[in-house]
Amino acid sequence: MSLPPYLVVAFALFCIGLYGVLTRRNAIGLLLSVELMANAVNINFVAFARFHGGHAGQVFALFAIALTVAEVVVGLALVMLLYRTRKDILVDEASDLKH
Amino acid sequence: MMEHLAFVVVAVALIVSALRVVTSKNLVHSVLWLGVTLASTAVMYLVLEAPFLAGVQILLYTGGVVTLMIFGVMLTRRVDPRTVVNEQSRRLPGAATAILTFLVLVAAALATDDLPAGGLHAPDTETLGRSFLTEHVMAFEVLSLLLLAAMVGAIVLARRRDYGTGKEKA
Repeated sequence: MSLPPYLVVAFALFCIGLYGVLTRRNAIGLLLSVELMANAVNINFVAFARFHGGHAGQVFALFAIALTVAEVVVGLALVMLLYRTRKDILVDEASDLKH
Repeated sequence: MMEHLAFVVVAVALIVSALRVVTSKNLVHSVLWLGVTLASTAVMYLVLEAPFLAGVQILLYTGGVVTLMIFGVMLTRRVDPRTVVNEQSRRLPGAATAILTFLVLVAAALATDDLPAGGLHAPDTETLGRSFLTEHVMAFEVLSLLLLAAMVGAIVLARRRDYGTGKEKA
């Protein structure tokens, strides 16, 4: 096994996430797609770490995982807030600066 | 041979479940498919000789994030929790952009001559742990501060505005 197959899978995952981010209208659907993209990046880190030797890639992937989880928590809090002020979590509708 | 087989199985599971995440009509199904994607990613980490990361992935993502997402769906539902609509818009431009990005990325990867070709064995968990607490200790501490900030921020954002005034509903 060499590196490129892993990269291609990660790219595919990233682009599926990108498609989700571009097409989803529901804020939680958007968050799910962002998760997919972050996951793809982590696979890339680990794949490079595996084929490059050394541990920096895995350490970075661990940091990235922790950051993504923090992002999900804040993102979901924002979704809650959006729902409470608008009774709706469609991102296209939420275009006011102030409610 | 085993590695090839495992790779193909996991890759197919990843791609199919990820496609279901972004195309599913029901938001709850989307979240559950994301669980499949994240679990397959953990298996992918195992194939890539990163068992510790696979464990962290299962604990944090498959266990934590999916639960949080379900929680989020349930708290922001409108009427019927079984069919949370999850519409899509601008499908064609979205698909075109995604496919184009994919092609550019693959072309860039294939055009790169000196991709690492393997050789050294993957680091074990002890190496990772030592690395965290020696050369990356600063980033480690900053990360713990960030987690604290994210936690406080999430609570401040998500709590009811009238909390503590006695006016809140039970």
